[in-house]
Parts: sequence; structure tokens; C-alpha cells
Amino acid sequence: MLAGIRTRELRKVYTSPPPLAAGGGFGARRKNKQPAREVVALDGLSLDVTGGEIFGLLGPNGAGKSTTVGILTTRVRPTNGQAWIGDYDVWGQQVEVKRLIGVVAQRPNLDFSLTAREILLYHGAYFGLDSRTRSMRANELLDRFKLSDRADQMVRGFSGGMMQRLSIARAMMHDPQVLFLDEPSAGLDPQTRLLLWEIIREYNQSGKTILLTTHNMEEADALCQRLAIIDHGRNIALGTPAELKASVPGGFLLRVRFGADSPDLFERLKTLSGVREVRVQTGADGENGVDVYADRGGPLVSEIANLAAASSVELSDINISEPSLENLFLHHTGRSLRE
Amino acid sequence: MNWKTFLALLARDAHVARRNFVPLLLQTFLQPMMFVFIFGRVMVSSGYMPAAYKSLLLPGIMAISMIFTGVWAVAMPLIGEFQFTHEIEDRLLAPIENYWLAIEKVCFGAAQAVVAGLAVIPAAWVLLRPGVEIHLLSPLLFIGVTVLVALLSACGGLALGCSIDQTKIGLMFSLVLTPMIFFGCTYYPWSALTNFPILQKAVLVNPLVYASEGLRGTLVPQFPHLPVLAVLLALLVFDSLLLALGLRQFRRKAVA
Repeated sequence: MLAGIRTRELRKVYTSPPPLAAGGGFGARRKNKQPAREVVALDGLSLDVTGGEIFGLLGPNGAGKSTTVGILTTRVRPTNGQAWIGDYDVWGQQVEVKRLIGVVAQRPNLDFSLTAREILLYHGAYFGLDSRTRSMRANELLDRFKLSDRADQMVRGFSGGMMQRLSIARAMMHDPQVLFLDEPSAGLDPQTRLLLWEIIREYNQSGKTILLTTHNMEEADALCQRLAIIDHGRNIALGTPAELKASVPGGFLLRVRFGADSPDLFERLKTLSGVREVRVQTGADGENGVDVYADRGGPLVSEIANLAAASSVELSDINISEPSLENLFLHHTGRSLRE
Repeated sequence: MNWKTFLALLARDAHVARRNFVPLLLQTFLQPMMFVFIFGRVMVSSGYMPAAYKSLLLPGIMAISMIFTGVWAVAMPLIGEFQFTHEIEDRLLAPIENYWLAIEKVCFGAAQAVVAGLAVIPAAWVLLRPGVEIHLLSPLLFIGVTVLVALLSACGGLALGCSIDQTKIGLMFSLVLTPMIFFGCTYYPWSALTNFPILQKAVLVNPLVYASEGLRGTLVPQFPHLPVLAVLLALLVFDSLLLALGLRQFRRKAVA
């Protein structure tokens, strides 16, 4: 059975800091007396993830990726809208949904009172696996994630990367139909990241749906069959990595800053060969700046400099980036992924 | 309801408790046993306290041990796991309604409290002997009171554990548990407050009063005590209130 993921017009407004996500204190009663500060985390997000697909959510911090995963994994109550895993309504049929999903949270949340092996065994027991299946699967996963030699140690002393690997192994322990990975390769060394990618692909090939969040372009590109770019709790672009990258005019992006504002010069930039689009930068530090989308990078620099000299405008800064989802994000939002 | 999951959650807690057996033992028994030794043995044998005080003290110490054990067993892990380590997330994703996890914690805390309470009797017996006079007239009533006291401690632990910030654990002990113990008729019967009529009425909001008086009335009925049936009723009411409050707070913590 292939289980997909659907959301319709999901909206989430936090009136107090999310208890777990923010790791904040309690004191809800006192907060109610002050004017509640509303934070809109999701603003009408609709997604359709086909069963058996590796789907990526790409976006900057605070875009609503983790809230989306939180809602889809029963941990966050949506303010409006609905979500389904397979045929089950996430909020209305939580137990059925929890049976179908495996979750790797952004922060390590391993059971510190147990050893690595026990974490897997108890997790299997929560899902009703019999003891033979449990220990067999635990052994396989410990081996697959290269944790066998530390299997019987308490996880308190594990490095960040080992905890992350164990979290992923745990999420796979009950062989869920849908696997959620929130920033799975954060904090992993390059070698382990490759191992993880291989494991994710393999898991997907066995007919499982995978939803991962990332702000790593390389990861999204290497793993995801389709991507949604999320900003301010909204879906701003959707497609395969190749389609999305192709939607950026030219592919190359030159961020240019001049000493003075010169609309005339900006117009003339458009006439350079290979330039597809010129946009005046917005935002606080975009003063006198333009974004030049073009199908070539370096060779354009001297031509831009010549044009600036001819218009007696000083060229103060220029930055070239190659085709990337980062550029795509910038193209759609006018903001950098890291802002 | 998914029994397999529920039992696995219990098994996990039992496993962790077994692993921490020695510190758990010290934490539960050291303080009450020192109290038993000083007040029941040193003070009595030196003549500052009458010999009958030994028997009067026993139910109070049992109530303190049970309340402390239950509150500690439920509240401390919850405070840490919700706020600090997020360990509980894995169990919140187990295929069972969230509130069953809270109920599991209550069951496990109550079981620990029963063990702690029952262990006090022989331990105090050894320390205080001779002169402890237990008159177990109705074992059934004693079991009823013990179970309700154990549930009281665990439900209280659930309510506290889901309401208190990790930076305020110290305050929980100095503002909640310590006054509860001193005004909980643990070291004296409720009737001893006759000369303080306002205080005598006021302490009735303290659930520990009913725990001590209930155990006193079933273990050492030769001393004055509140009517056992009234105690059972009061314990039932406090158990239900704290459970309802605890579940509400738990839900708030579990879902953003």
C-alpha cells in the first residue's frame, strides 16, 4: 500500500511559543494576561505528496517547514485546514496515522535512559513488534547505520552525528509507510551524509513515501523527486529540482551594487548579451543594487564594469552565483535563503 | 486502547527504574528512615517523647514516603523529558492516544508509591522495635487507602510535572511539598490541632492530611483519627481532581 500525504489550506497561528519547539517555559496563564503575540507559522499551505515519492520542503528558518512536519505527525494542532496521511485524517485519526509514520525530529530526542539497542527495541515494542522481529531489525539497523560497536552503550555519551543516525534508525524500526525527516543531514559529516542519502533512496525504493525538509540545495537536488519551496508559511514554487532550477531566468545570478542610483544604467544592463532579467534589489541593504539573471557568470563582469564606467557610476560590489535553488528562492521572494 | 503499546511503555519505565534502583532506594528511604530513627528511637529512648509516639509516627512516615515517591517518579521525568531533553517525543508518537501515556505514568508512579509505602512498614519496624503496635483491623480498608494514597501521589506528580518549569523545581519542593508535609498531619494526628482551630480547618485542603489520617485509621486505630470513610471519599475527590488537572496540563504540553 502506498500512502501519500495531503494538506488543504493548513494554517497555524501560535499565540504562545510552541511548548516543545521553542523549549520554552510554561507560565501560559500569565501570558494570557498580556496581549497575545500571534505568530503565523503556516498561512494556507496545500501540498500533495504522491505515495512512494521523495518530497522535499525547502525554505529558510522560520518558513514553516517544521510546523508542517509537526502537524503531519500529530504533534501540532492546526488552527485551520486539514491534513491526511494515506486515507487518515491526521488530527481526527491520530493513532492510525502514528502507525503509518516514522519521524526524525530536528533536535535529537533520544531516550537518554536507554542504550542504543534498547532505544530501538522499545520503539519496536511500542509498535507491537514481537521480540524476535524486534531484535532482528535492531541488529540490521545498528549494522546499517554503523552503530553496532556502540550498541550497548548509553546514548548520553554519543556524538551529535551518532545520535542523528540512531534517530533515523529508530524512525525506520517499525518499517513506516511514510518517513518524515526534519533536516536529516544537519550535523553529519560528508561521508555519513552520503550513507544517509543511500539509505533514504533504498528505503524509498521499497515503496515508502519520504518527506524531508532541508535548506541544503545539494541534498534537495540529490534526493528529492519533487520539491516545494516554502516561505512565510506559503508554498511559493513546486516542481522537480530540474524544473525549478530552469524557472530561474538564465540560471546565473549576479548581484551588483553601484555607488549611485542610475535607472539609465539599469536599463542598459538589459541589453548585454546573455542577460535575461534585471531586477532592482529591495530590502534594507539593497540600496543601489540590482540582480542580473543571465546565462553566463564571470564573462559578464567586465562588461558590467565597462557600462558602469561609461555612465560614470562607481561599481562597488559584485557577487556571482551559479544555478542553484538558492537563486531560485531569491528569484521568487527577493530574499536569500539564509536571511 | 492498545494494550501492547501500553504494556511496552510500562516495561520501559520499569526497565529504567531497575537500572536506577540504588539511587532510587536512597532517595526514597534515607530521609524518612533518618526521621524514624531520630524521632522514634533517639527521642523516645531518651524520654523526650512518649513510647506511643513510635506507633503514631509510622503511618505519617508511610504517607510521606508514598507521596514523595509518587510525585518524584512522575513529575521529575516529565519535567525533564518535556522541557529539557524532549525524550518523550518518541513515546508521544507511539500508536496510542496521548493521554494513555499520562495514564501509564500515573500507573507506574502509583505502583512505585505502593512499594515505597509497604517497604516503610518492615523498615520502620526494624528501626523502632520494640514498641510498635500495629492493629490491622480491616485489611481491605487498608488496601483501599493505600491504593488511593498511591494514586494521589502519582496524579499530583502528573499535575506538578506538567505545570512546573524546570527552573522552578526547587520552588516546587520548598513551596509545595515541604508545607504539605508539615501541615499534613504526618508527625501528629489531626486532633492535635484542636488548639489551633483555624489551622485545623485550613489543613483540610491539604490532601496529605487524608493520606496520613487514613493510614493512621487503618494501621494504628488506637490513636485519634478522621473517620476512614470520610478519608476514602476525600482521597477519591482529590485523586479525580488532580488526574483531571494533570491530563489537561499534559495535553497542553504534548501538542503545540
